[in-house]
Amino acid sequence: MSELTRADVAHLAGLARIELSDDELDKMVGELGIILESVATVQNAPIGDVAPMSHPMPLVNVTRPDEVRPSLAAEAALSGAPEQDQQRFSVPRILDED
Amino acid sequence: MTNELITASAADLAARLAAREISSAELTQACLDRTAAVDGVVHSYLHVDAEGALAAARAIDERRAAGESLPTLAGVPIAVKDVMTTKGLPTTCGSKILEGWIPPYDSTVVTRLKAAGMPILGKTNLDEFAMGSSTEHSAYGPSRNPWDLDRIPGGSGGGSSSVIASFQAPLATGTDTGGSIRQPAAVTGTVGTKPTYGGVSRYGLVALASSLDQAGPCARTVLDTALLHEVMAGHDPMDSTSIDAPVPAVVEAARRADVSGMKIGIIRELTGDGFQAGVQQRFDEAVQHLVDAGAEVVEVSCPSFTYALAAYYLILPSEASSNLAKFDAMRYGMRVAPQGIDDPSAEQVMAATRDAGFGDEVKRRIILGTYALSSGYYDAYYGSAQKVRRLIADDFTRSFEAADVLVSPTAPTTAFAFGDKIDDPMAMYLNDIATIPANLAGVPGMSLPSGLAPEDGLPVGFQILAPAMQDQRLYAVGAALEARLLSAWGAPLLHSAPDLTAAGKGA
Repeated sequence: MSELTRADVAHLAGLARIELSDDELDKMVGELGIILESVATVQNAPIGDVAPMSHPMPLVNVTRPDEVRPSLAAEAALSGAPEQDQQRFSVPRILDED
Repeated sequence: MTNELITASAADLAARLAAREISSAELTQACLDRTAAVDGVVHSYLHVDAEGALAAARAIDERRAAGESLPTLAGVPIAVKDVMTTKGLPTTCGSKILEGWIPPYDSTVVTRLKAAGMPILGKTNLDEFAMGSSTEHSAYGPSRNPWDLDRIPGGSGGGSSSVIASFQAPLATGTDTGGSIRQPAAVTGTVGTKPTYGGVSRYGLVALASSLDQAGPCARTVLDTALLHEVMAGHDPMDSTSIDAPVPAVVEAARRADVSGMKIGIIRELTGDGFQAGVQQRFDEAVQHLVDAGAEVVEVSCPSFTYALAAYYLILPSEASSNLAKFDAMRYGMRVAPQGIDDPSAEQVMAATRDAGFGDEVKRRIILGTYALSSGYYDAYYGSAQKVRRLIADDFTRSFEAADVLVSPTAPTTAFAFGDKIDDPMAMYLNDIATIPANLAGVPGMSLPSGLAPEDGLPVGFQILAPAMQDQRLYAVGAALEARLLSAWGAPLLHSAPDLTAAGKGA
């Protein structure tokens, strides 16, 4: 059984794009350890030859005719945007300086 | 008591509206007045739309006066869980990250409610993004249990359960990912159904775990629940997992309330040890009522259910970590600038926003899901959980060969006190032990009240589970049990709940 370290949790939080404070990290390490130990019991189930199940019902690909139909107007789509500019979502810089 | 309009069943109100004995405006106003009187202490609502509800009510009254033929529940007001988008009304999911967001579109469920002529009273509270069993994880403070204001109303749908248990609305919508309709119903003495997965459209429900989420009805009687189920359910091309088949005949089954010759399977793994004595006692009595009503009882074993909780708390966080990635501070919702960084990048803004906007439980589950899906651990965690999921579905299949429906207590205990489990995530998760197998397998389930536990005087829930697409069986069994319990009690259980207006004055 692998142990979650503080560095692991910090790395995972980075992957999940959550900037945890030091206090939050301290608390999360202990809590996640307990939860992980409990959920790891799935490995004790008799799952040797069992096919994994991702979904309760058989999934079928659903398509529709390729026809134009009404959709959100630009104004409605942008109505919740933190910032907008010229009918577009305005975002912070996406590239690093170097 | 107060205005009797607020305690009447939706079925009764619908009949009186149709006969023009009452108006929808009068009924909607009675609900809003009740909210003004009690929601200060119960806190079921995150947002009340008095003006919109009254306008919708008056419009229905006018159409009825003009002689138009209207759907059954036309004019009966409803409260909507705040995880379903409502055009023009705030939708927060109980999260700071969506504070003030007003969606530009309606969820399919809300579209159907509107088409059925049902005024929408407001949006009900929930644990943040429906993660929790108590509403203590709502960023806007918990809802309270009308039976005891120091206790939880269940979760995540504690706003919907308390809104109907406190007579602020005859009906409410819910969503159930691991028990969020059924457990709140159990602890508040109300009724709730999680339909078959795919039975109700998920379009416009803010997703928690897409393979587990299912919307459904909350009400005070089995028939009312069936009437709302019929409005909410049905095929929707906007949801690729929506079942393209007729809605099971739930209303007819609730009216017939016939269990004669039915085989009722008691799930061995979900009774006895771990269940509060009074919960077990009311469960055993309810089973006897069903036997008296002509059903046959068998015992079934679902050995894999032992692993259901563990599998669920891997599958759910995995799916949630992916679904909640959309809250990126770019297109809608909160945007927070990181401290002490000039000209921050989009990624830095995203990380700062998600730290500020998400609560502890949401962060915990996102990080757990990120771990379970990460390279090197995927097979051991998420992969194993998916195999357990198959075993659980197989247990159901086998059990439904021996029984028409399966039964268990809905939750291991009656409502617990605020603060009891908030610092112990695993203890909180254990509340869902009886409800999550149905979500993993996609089968429908209902909870209805089976009495008050003798030791604490709090409501106990009785759970019924049926095979996929056999939702009507829940209603046949539920209505038969309800009729027998009602004649044993002499009055609906909720009539013995405390008077909240007195509590409001005392507080």
